[in-house]
Parts: sequence; C-alpha cells; structure tokens
Amino acid sequence: MDLTQITSSVLASGPEIIIILGACVALMLSLVPRPGQGALLAGLSLVMIALAAAMSLTLAQNPQTAYGGMFVNDGFSTFFKMLLYLGTALTILISDRYLGTEDAAKGEYYVLLLFALSGAMIMVSGKDLLIIYVGLELQALSIYVLVGFLTTNTRSNEAALKYVILGAFSSGLLLFGLSLLYGLTGTTQLEAMGEALDSVETSSPLLALATVFLIVGLLFKVGAVPFHMWVPDIYEGAPSPVTGFMSTVGKVAAVAVILRLLIQDLAMLDPIWRGSVEAVAVLTLAAGSFAALVQTNIKRMLAYSSIAHGGFLLLGLLAGGSEGLASVMLYLLIFTVTNLGLFAVIVLLNRGAGQGENIQDFSGLAKSQPGVALMALVFLLSLAGIPPTGGFFAKFYVLVALVDAGFVLLAVFAVLLSAIAAWFYLRVIMLMYMEQNDQPAVFQVSPAIGWALIVTFTGTVLTGVLPAWFLGVSKAAATAGLG
Amino acid sequence: MTDLPVLSILILLPAVGAVLTPFLRKDPIVRWFSLLVLFADFLLALWVLLNFDPNTAAMQFGEHRVWVPNLGISYRLGIDGISVWFVVLTSLLGWICVLASWWSISIRVKEFMTCLLAMQSLMIGVFCALDMILFYILWEAMLVPMYLIIGIWGGANRVYAAFKFFLYTLAGSLLFLIGILLLYFGGGQTFDVLALMEVQYPFPLQIWVFLAFLVAFAVKIPMVPVHTWLPDAHVQAPTAGSIILAGVLLKMGAYGFLRFSLPMLPDASQYFAPMMIALSAVAIVYGGFLALAQSDIKKLIAYSSVSHMGFITLGLFTFDAKGMSGAVIQMFNHGITTGALFLFVGIIYERTHSRDIAAYGGLIKVVPLFGILFAAFLLSSMALPGLNGFIGELLVLAAAFGVSGWAGAAGALGALVGAAYLLGVYRQMLLGEVKTPGDVFVWDLGRRELACAAPLLLFVVWFGLYPKPFLTILQPSLDHLMTQLNPTAVTP
Repeated sequence: MDLTQITSSVLASGPEIIIILGACVALMLSLVPRPGQGALLAGLSLVMIALAAAMSLTLAQNPQTAYGGMFVNDGFSTFFKMLLYLGTALTILISDRYLGTEDAAKGEYYVLLLFALSGAMIMVSGKDLLIIYVGLELQALSIYVLVGFLTTNTRSNEAALKYVILGAFSSGLLLFGLSLLYGLTGTTQLEAMGEALDSVETSSPLLALATVFLIVGLLFKVGAVPFHMWVPDIYEGAPSPVTGFMSTVGKVAAVAVILRLLIQDLAMLDPIWRGSVEAVAVLTLAAGSFAALVQTNIKRMLAYSSIAHGGFLLLGLLAGGSEGLASVMLYLLIFTVTNLGLFAVIVLLNRGAGQGENIQDFSGLAKSQPGVALMALVFLLSLAGIPPTGGFFAKFYVLVALVDAGFVLLAVFAVLLSAIAAWFYLRVIMLMYMEQNDQPAVFQVSPAIGWALIVTFTGTVLTGVLPAWFLGVSKAAATAGLG
Repeated sequence: MTDLPVLSILILLPAVGAVLTPFLRKDPIVRWFSLLVLFADFLLALWVLLNFDPNTAAMQFGEHRVWVPNLGISYRLGIDGISVWFVVLTSLLGWICVLASWWSISIRVKEFMTCLLAMQSLMIGVFCALDMILFYILWEAMLVPMYLIIGIWGGANRVYAAFKFFLYTLAGSLLFLIGILLLYFGGGQTFDVLALMEVQYPFPLQIWVFLAFLVAFAVKIPMVPVHTWLPDAHVQAPTAGSIILAGVLLKMGAYGFLRFSLPMLPDASQYFAPMMIALSAVAIVYGGFLALAQSDIKKLIAYSSVSHMGFITLGLFTFDAKGMSGAVIQMFNHGITTGALFLFVGIIYERTHSRDIAAYGGLIKVVPLFGILFAAFLLSSMALPGLNGFIGELLVLAAAFGVSGWAGAAGALGALVGAAYLLGVYRQMLLGEVKTPGDVFVWDLGRRELACAAPLLLFVVWFGLYPKPFLTILQPSLDHLMTQLNPTAVTP
C-alpha cells in the first residue's frame, strides 16, 4: 500500500473520521462542566453530522473502494449514511429536553451517540466481515451504555444489563457464522467470499450451518420473531430518545448489513435462507401486530409496532431484486422520519422519572395541544399506513415489489395484518381526540423539539403527497448497490 | 370546453378550506366560511353539469399530470355521465351538512368543519379519479375524517362505532389494493382506469381480482353479511355524518362495481352474477325485515339502506340495460332521499333528544311543515309513483324478473316490506294522538332547516315527474358500459 492509496483511503473514510473526531472533541469538552454544556455539545454534534453529510455527498460523486477493498463508498452506503445522519440529528434535537426532565444531563451522552453513529456508518460501508463486525460492536457498545443512561432508574439499568447479555449472545452467534464462512472460503472480504462460495455446493451442511448462524445473528439485531424477546423490555427501559435512536438508526444499520450480505454479495445463499425467512417474516408481522394490541405503555407498544415494521422490511428483502431493495430503503427512510416524530411527542409528554409514558397520557391532547396532537395524528396514521401519509407509500412499494415478484399470498397476509395493526395506532388517536382529561398535558415546545417536529412532520407528509423524488433516490441507491 | 382544471378546483376548493379553517377565530365565522366554500363548490358542480356534453360516453373535463412516474401513478381526472351525477350529489349534500350541523355541533366547531371540508374534497375526488391508485388513496384517506366525525361528535357509544367503521372498511379496502396490483402486473402495467378497461384478463385472474374488489365494495355498500358496521355507525354518527354516510359513502361501493368490476372483469362479473343477485335478494328482504323490527328511527333508516342498496346491486348484476340504469338512478335517488331522512331525524332529535319511534305521535298537527316534508321523503323512500324513488325501483324490478323469478319476487317482497315499515313510521310519528318524548315542546322548521330541505325536495319531485334530463346524460355512458360487458355486441 503506497502513500497515495493510503491518502485516498483516509479520504474515503472522511465522514467516519469527522464523526469520531467530533466525538473526541465532545468528550474533552464534557470533562469541564459548565452551564449550557448540553446545548454546546448538541450543537457541536449537529455541526459534525452536517460536515460528515456534506463530505458523504461529495464522496458519492465518484464511488470507490478503500483500504484494499474492505471499505466502500457507493450509492448504497451513501443513502444509508444519510438516513443515519438524519436519525442521529433528530435524536439529538429531542434529547436535550428529555435529559433535562429526567435530570440526567451529562456530556457523555452526545459522545456516545456520535460513537454509535460512527459504528453504524462503518457497518453500512463495510465490505469485509471483520470491518462490519467491528462497526457493529462499536455501535452496540455505545448503545448499551446509552440504554442504561438513567443511572437512578432501575428499569433503565435492567434494560442495559439485558441488552448487554442478549446483544453479546447474538453477536456471538453472528461471529460463529462468520467464522464458519471464513473457514469455507478462506477470506473475510465479501466480494472474494462471494466468488469462492460460487464453487461450494449449496447443499453442503457446513454452508447451511454457517448461513443459519449468520441469519439468526442478523435477525436478532433487527428484532425479528422469534428473536425479538429483548426488544420490548429494552425499548421500554431505555431513555425515550435512545429508544427512538435504536428503533431507527440501529435498525437502519442492521438492515443495511442484511441487504449487503444477503442480496448483494452473498446472494447465492438465497435458497438456503429463503424458506425460513419467509416464515420469520410472517411470524414477525403477526406477533408484532397482535402483541401491540394489548400494551399500555406507549414505548412498549412502539416496540412491538417496530417489530411488526421489521416484518414488512423482511418482506421487501424476500421480494428481492432492485425493486425489493429499493422498497426496503424507502420504507426505512419513511419509518425513520415518522417514528422519530412520534418519539419527539413522547419526549414532550415526559414528566420526569418515567412518568408520562402510559398510553392514557395521550388522552385529551387534542384539546390542550392541538398542534402537537395533529402532528401525532399524522405520525400514527403514517405508521398505520393510511394515505396520504408517507407510511402508505412505504407499505405500498413493498407490496408492489412483492406482487411483482409473485408473492401474492405474502402480500395478502401483510395487508390483513396491517389492518389489525391499525387498531392500536387508532387507539392512541382515539385517546387524543375523543377522551377527556382532567389533567391535560401541559408543556412548552422547546425550539429544538419544534425543529424536530417540523422536519419529521414535513417529511411524513411530503413522502406521502410527493413521493416521486424519494422513490427515485431509493431506486437509484438500490441499483447502485446491486450494480 | 375550457382549459381551466375545473375538476381540480372542485376537489381542491374544500381542501383549501379545510387547511384555512383552523386559523379562523370564532365559531360563527367558521360556520359561515365552510358554508360559503361548500356552496361555491356546489355552484361549480352545477356549472360542470350544465356544460356537460350528453352526447358522448367519453370522459370529460379530463386532466392528466405526472405524479409518481417511477411507479406509474398519475393524477388523472375525468367524469362521464355516471360520475357527474355523484359529483353533483356530493357537493349538494356538502353544504346541507354544514347547515344541518349549524347548532347541533357546538363543541370543537373548527375541527368539525375541517373534517367535513376534507371529507368533501376526498369524496368528490373519488368520483373524479381515473387512476386506480389515486382512487385508492382518496378512498382510504376518507376513513380518517369520517372516523373523527363519528368518534368525536357522535352519540354515547361513538368510539366503538367509529372503530368498527374504520377497521371494517380498512380491512376491506386493503384487499382492494392487492387486487389493483394484480391487475397491474397481470397485464395492464398501468394504473390508468380507461386503459385497464381495454385489457382482456384471463379468467382465473379475473376471479381473484373480482373477489378482492368484492370484499372492499361489499363492506362499503354494505351487502349482507358484512353490513353490521352500518347500523352502529349511523346511529352514533352526528346528523351530518349520517347524511354523508348514507348519501355518498354507501354509493361508493356500488360506484366501484360500476367503474371497475364490471368493465374490467366482465367474465368474472358474469360468473359471479348469480351469487351477487342472491346476496342482493337476501339484503333486500333481510334488511327490510330488520328495519321492520326497529324501534330506533335511525336504526330503521340504516337497515332500510341495506335493503335499498340491495336493489342497486341487484340491478347492476342483471346485466340488463334497464336494470343498470335503474340501479344508477336508484343510487342517486337513495342518496337524496336517505340523506333527507337523516336530516329530518336529526332535526327532530335536536328538539327532543330521542330516537324512539313509539315516543312520537301526531307531529303533523304540531309541526305541520316538518310533518309534510318528512312524509314526502318517507313516501319517496317507499318509491311512490310521481316521486324520485319510483322509476329506479321499477326498472330494477322489471330487470330482476327478467333474470330470475326468485330475485324479482324477493325485490317485490322487499318493496312491500319497505312500504310496511315506512308507512309504520309515518303512522306512528306523524298521525294519531299528539305526543313527544317527555312532552317537550317542538317547534316547526326554521329558515335554516327549510333551506336544507328545499333543494332535496326539489330533486325528489323533479326526478319523480321529469327524469328525462337525468337519463339523457346517463344514457351514453351506460350504453358504453353495456358494450364493455358484452364485447361481442360491439363488433358489427
């Protein structure tokens, strides 16, 4: 590796370096406590994310591989990085208020968010199993700490501990699968591995075993049934903005890895996993939708709802091809925007010490806060997939891809379950608009959350009314990923 | 024809109103503003009707804009001799709904009018849409304002009714979406309604798509056995909600058959016709007898709707020119008449807060104007010759006897039972000894209420005595539909 190669490699990983540098600076700044530190660190993080985003867009002009093929900057990774930036920025916007009401303002929070972001970025750009794994662990370790960030809250601590144990367990499964693949092919680089696997019989038991571990490890990370048991507890216990972060940024990165491995580079494994993933997708949709029906805690309900949405993502994966890929990407985009919008509302309702997370706390919101209630209405309708919100087009595109690929039965199944899922979103709308509340929620919308709400609301409506541009972008990125 | 995008204006005018309403300050201003917007919309719809060319079956006032090119979805509008009538009906009932809710809606007026205006925009859009996905989006988006109208301003059990309404219709329409996708990938490769009508689909595909469409439309109409949401929704909804439900929403199911199932899936429609006729006959008789057993006036009219909508599906699936035109006429007239009946029930309910038929009596003596007009609408619902209900029901019955004696007999029986329960209401509420629930004082129609009733009465009498203009505009489109149903008939 000569000097020019090194410089071009470093340049190619510029966005990651910017974020990590930003995290280091924030870490040092956080050591010196001063008034207004939270706002300063949040501002710094947002600036760093903006810089990284600008750099990613510049790099996207000429796609390239770096570090000897271990790292890649293509349209596919750029799309996902943009989603990661968006999700993290929105999380930062809604965090300050939450940390204030929960009395947990500490500088490390933003440092950890940035480290988690950089890990997620490495995951989506990784073209080598080890790089992907390192990114995944960096992200996971940061999130473990973030989940337990409310040190005096036992639920938060319990969630963190559970997450560490189950996360480590699933990482172990994944790692085992990766090591078997390495044993079969003698390389960790995805492209070389794909070529080497072409000569391996798909009926080989060792390959089947490797695939099973790989799939189970990955499905664990996205919370697919039956590997979803960790999701509700951890979503409920984690600080609300962190829950929002996990359900969007965490999911985006994990799905990116799944798409990169299963659809792009290791597509020859398809016959091995297809049958079982079909079953998992159906189970995920069903279990998520039905379990959400009976929840009383809004975060727990959204945990099951996000499991169900994961089922829809798996359906897009099953549809395959550039259409299926693009449908998953558009779905993630719309889900990120909508879900974080709803989490902004949840943060607004928080009254400290975990109060304000019951579904009942939404009742009467339309009367006391009509504007916020209207936005929440749109977010909930979008999650339920009712037009003219973005959520409709997200689901619609997945259905188009499914029917196009001939999976009509799966599509029928998916729409029937989304009718059931509509029930629990409607219940929240019912509480907001049709119930009286003697003690209506009183809060002031801080400027940061106001911006988060405006961005997410506009995004949700725009993707529903004028989806053409977003569709085009996802399609182009998907094609770039397959190309 | 003009270059102005008339249909878009027709659709967007209420939508803009809905966006502006929340920014108005006082309730009276909100009411007048909504009335003004919807009345202007109605005038525009009348203008469209007057400028409508009755000599062609082609789509008129067409508009086409690219919307989501990567998925082949476009913003395509147009109306023919069938849909123009539903646009007029919808825009007429729109401002009547505002007047009907003038005082009865006293809480959260702004939100109510916003929902009403949004409904109006979406409903007119449904009748103008010529792109399957555009149609579907408008059709499904409608659920939200309607859900809110029932759930916020409805009766005691409103939340349950609103949920039931939403989930029933949603579950139905989602299969409709799959059906659309099957049509797209089954050969059309387009969502353009007119282009899809030209595609000859293989029979098995037609069967599946027909069933998928059937679920959506049957829930909306509603046909037995998926009618159970209707009585709940009707009874709990505020007056305006009931008027919209009965007047427009129910028609959309039948409109769906007319616009999509019959022309796109002619073979499957023929195949399923006996089943559809049987279901319609069951709806007519069963709905009629259910209505006969009701003591709640709103429930009675709701079940009578099930029965009357049965006539419409019966007419459609006779595949007979007479039956078809009878069905379309019946669709329009049922909208007018049942809308009026719900309006009048709302008027008396505002005064007494009771829907119990047996608690009333001799109203014609106390409130003569109310009594006479209510009687006129009851008789129109009964299909009395000389009023608007007669011609449609007669045509349908004639066609039904032509297809199957049993269906005809069921229709006749339904008409008979209809006479029984409607005359029962007439006798109990209007004639006999004067009584009101709790002996409360009732006063006669005010100017506002007369303004609501007058245009409806005008249509009732006009279509009863001189339905020719209606038929002239309708006929070319119906003839065209008949040729689509029997492709052999067109080849000379």
